[in-house]
Amino acid sequence: MSHHNQITQPSLPFAENALEPVISAKTIGFHYGKHHKGYVDKVNKLISGTEFEGLSLEEIIKKTVGKSEHTGIFNNAAQVWNHTFFWNSLSSNGGGEPSDVLMKKIEESFGSFDVFLKEITEAAKTQFGSGWAWLVMDGNKLKVMKTPNAETPLTMGVKPLLTIDVWEHAYYLDYQNKRPDYVTTVLEQLVNWDFAASNLK
Amino acid sequence: MNKKSFLTIAGIGLIALSVQAQMSGVNNMNTFNDFSDKGAEFLFPKLPFAYDALEPYIDKMTMEIHYDKHHRGYYTKFMDEIKGTAVANKSFAEIFDSVSKESTGVRNNGGGYYNHGLFWENLSPDGGKPSDKLMTAINEQFGSFDKFKETFSNAAATRFGSGWAWLVVNSDGKLEVGSTPNQDNPLMDVSPVKGSPILALDVWEHAYYLKYQNKRPDYIGAFWNVVNWNVVNKRFDKATR
Repeated sequence: MSHHNQITQPSLPFAENALEPVISAKTIGFHYGKHHKGYVDKVNKLISGTEFEGLSLEEIIKKTVGKSEHTGIFNNAAQVWNHTFFWNSLSSNGGGEPSDVLMKKIEESFGSFDVFLKEITEAAKTQFGSGWAWLVMDGNKLKVMKTPNAETPLTMGVKPLLTIDVWEHAYYLDYQNKRPDYVTTVLEQLVNWDFAASNLK
Repeated sequence: MNKKSFLTIAGIGLIALSVQAQMSGVNNMNTFNDFSDKGAEFLFPKLPFAYDALEPYIDKMTMEIHYDKHHRGYYTKFMDEIKGTAVANKSFAEIFDSVSKESTGVRNNGGGYYNHGLFWENLSPDGGKPSDKLMTAINEQFGSFDKFKETFSNAAATRFGSGWAWLVVNSDGKLEVGSTPNQDNPLMDVSPVKGSPILALDVWEHAYYLKYQNKRPDYIGAFWNVVNWNVVNKRFDKATR
């Protein structure tokens, strides 16, 4: 079996226990080691021998979005991408406020950093069922979005800067039904503003 | 809506009331079933078993959070949403039959409220067996009981994201398996599978994550040990009458 055409799972940019106590090592263990890996394995299985084999992950996502005959490939490919983006959106040194350039952009777009925090918290809390909350750049303006299941702003003509996973598997072992506590704590303590700023470029 | 599907949906209230009557002693009057009639009061149902009754298949902590936090949360939000609106005077069958015209809050919280009530009722540590009549229908529709279990389990396993798996009696009076996203259900006009629900399985991650984590298929396998066939049999009888 050849593996050179396969989608690979990037290594986690921190140790499994690095985000404790906000996100437990157990949660990261399952989330990265089972869920994320599961999407990688599944998409490789699904694209094997198809027109999508050998394409980049982004190409696969863009070519399968909205096509009912390729729902399985899209869901798994997009979840691979979303999770990798999520790991990069977190850091044990995260939280607090972004640096000057991004802060200025946030204030221009939302009025204040507090308004932005309220908007992204609301989006994360109200995404019904499984999904994601995002900070994206739409043209020259930043905005907050939420997407259900595997859907991703990558296919929506905007540039993702930051995401929070609000599938229950992201927080259920640590927070159970208390999604708002998870969202607030991640924003306060883990959000990787350097990563978000690097996506502005 | 044709007359047949109206009759099917109208039958739900009767099914529920009958199940209620049959289960008295397990549930008191303050149960899920009371409000299936138009204009009836919307009440938060009692759980028809103890939190630990379904161990080891569904653990006590999961049951407690699922019932007392998730289910109660849907109930509370639904009541807030419908307060002083026309929806407050409708039956579930009426609300769901045109749910596409209602607010997202009514659809999501009403679905969450109703679906969980239905789900608790069709769970039991000692739920009997499918009746001869139901078994005959299962064999006719799916070939065998094992094939039915496989079809239902597959619907539950492949529902991407949050949702529910269902066995329904459709408008042709036939058994049908399907799944719905989030808190939608087969009584809703938006549902990909329509009919009278006789068996429900919650596959939101909150239903199994504390015990099974990513292994949804293991949870689905365990579910078959705690199906309340006595209730499913009665729902089937009413839906096919």
